[in-house]
Amino acid sequence: MRSPVTGWLFLAPTIAVLGIFGLLPFFYVAFVGFFDWNPFAANPGLVYAGVNNYRRLVFDDQFLRSIGLTLQFTFWVVLSELVIGYLLAQLFMRDFPLKGLFRTIHTLPLLVAPIAVGAAWRLLTVPGLGPVPFYLDRWFGIDFRLGSFENQAFLTTVIMDIWHWTPLVTLTLLAGLSAMPKEPFESAQVDGANRWQIFWHIMLPMLKPVLLTTVFIRLMDALRTVDEVWMLTGGGPGTATRYIGLHIWRVVFPQTDYGYGAAMSLLTLYLTIMLCWFLYVALVARKPRAS
Amino acid sequence: MKKKGILLPILIWCGMTVLTLLPIWWLFVVSMRTRVQLFGRPSLMLDGFYWGNYVEVLQNEEFRYYLWNSIVVASSNCLIVTVLALLATFALSRYKLAAEDSLFFWLITNRMAPAAVFLLPLFLLYTQVFRFGDYQLFDTRIGLILLYCVFNLPFAIWLMKGIMDGIPKELDEAAMIDGASTFEVLTKVILPLAKPGLAVTAILTWMFAWNEYLFAATLTSVEARTITTGLAEFVTVTGTNWGELAALSMLTLAPALVFLGFVQRHIVAGLTFGAVKE
Repeated sequence: MRSPVTGWLFLAPTIAVLGIFGLLPFFYVAFVGFFDWNPFAANPGLVYAGVNNYRRLVFDDQFLRSIGLTLQFTFWVVLSELVIGYLLAQLFMRDFPLKGLFRTIHTLPLLVAPIAVGAAWRLLTVPGLGPVPFYLDRWFGIDFRLGSFENQAFLTTVIMDIWHWTPLVTLTLLAGLSAMPKEPFESAQVDGANRWQIFWHIMLPMLKPVLLTTVFIRLMDALRTVDEVWMLTGGGPGTATRYIGLHIWRVVFPQTDYGYGAAMSLLTLYLTIMLCWFLYVALVARKPRAS
Repeated sequence: MKKKGILLPILIWCGMTVLTLLPIWWLFVVSMRTRVQLFGRPSLMLDGFYWGNYVEVLQNEEFRYYLWNSIVVASSNCLIVTVLALLATFALSRYKLAAEDSLFFWLITNRMAPAAVFLLPLFLLYTQVFRFGDYQLFDTRIGLILLYCVFNLPFAIWLMKGIMDGIPKELDEAAMIDGASTFEVLTKVILPLAKPGLAVTAILTWMFAWNEYLFAATLTSVEARTITTGLAEFVTVTGTNWGELAALSMLTLAPALVFLGFVQRHIVAGLTFGAVKE
């Protein structure tokens, strides 16, 4: 007979590791957020600060700007990746020679370390060395300087993210498309529905679960983007690409203001969860339209 | 009409392939150039094979140490995660446990939290709380190995759960009736059947640990630096040597190129923590 005690024993190491390194930091950050603390100062005192750290956050322009930038970045990358990924997934639904090879190559960016992605794009775009500024200038007369123009830096991080993560969207949507039954499409065609109607009333509702999952995964990942951007622009020029993850890192560690950093971390976590929940309710709770 | 139906996808895919490979190709081209060759007209063509950058990087004691750290951390983490995930999924799949679904869900949520948010508490925990005399978890390999379990274990459990559920219960039940102990069931019945899935889980786990940067950069200073942090250090140093940076990037990328074929089919399950199955 299998006793549950043995089962729990098998689970114990997993729960212990995740409890200590996953759950404990969460409570710890909540605790530290209510104090002023620098453990590395000459006389490290844990001073109770109440909600002061949170009050400070609300008036912190740079923090708010970072959140705004992160949201803009997330919006553009998720939207572009969905559109491009969907089109590519549809292409993959057809049969053509070397399909397997193309698929493998298309998957490659997903396995590349984010920091190496950043390095590759930095090498592509660094003035005087990279081909991107060189050919943009030669062919289009565009003055491309990543370190000087805010819009260019922002756009480059977006394109880099699209390069890195579109394959994931392609593959998940491909999985969704492959699992679809053919009958509804055939009967809709017989009934004389046009392409747009089929897409809107049959394809989309059926793809919805996969689509939503994909959106959420990309959303969460885009909101926490750090490594690639850190390597590519370091958050600059100025603060044009200082997304929230970079901001926390840049502010907390040099300034050793840990209570404030904790408040910032907790608020960011809260905002991330809220945003995902909000979108979940808005998207999932909406009833599918009757055709 | 039919011909056009094939030609168009191939053309688009050729274009996509060029775009996908361009950054990686450029890394390779730069890593194959001398300092003098680098500046001038940035041709995308390979000028020849110059291995000097790789030699420089591999002869550099520091980078060799970083590489070794990365190998140790990724491999240990991979081993721990695979073993724990095997045990955990065995329990989840074969035992009736109270609040099993909530537990499973909690395990997965560990992968979803933004890493940047946990930097600070973990930094403080590693320097202030988890210390025993002079020993602290900060700047140790073991600190990174344990920490990487937080995002790798949930993923491994999710992937392994499907594999474990796919192994017929009748098999291990029959073995138990024949008098096999739980340990024997796990090692002699389950393990051989789960091997292929276990291998994919292990490879992806290893890759995630190898690729990780943010925690490695924050929670190490000298002793436990990994190859990804070495890569980032390159840029802040005045007068970046682009050739060596590219060579080191290519070394970081090498495992991905090796494993790509193996894990290609499973990568969606891996990166979406199993929420979308292929």
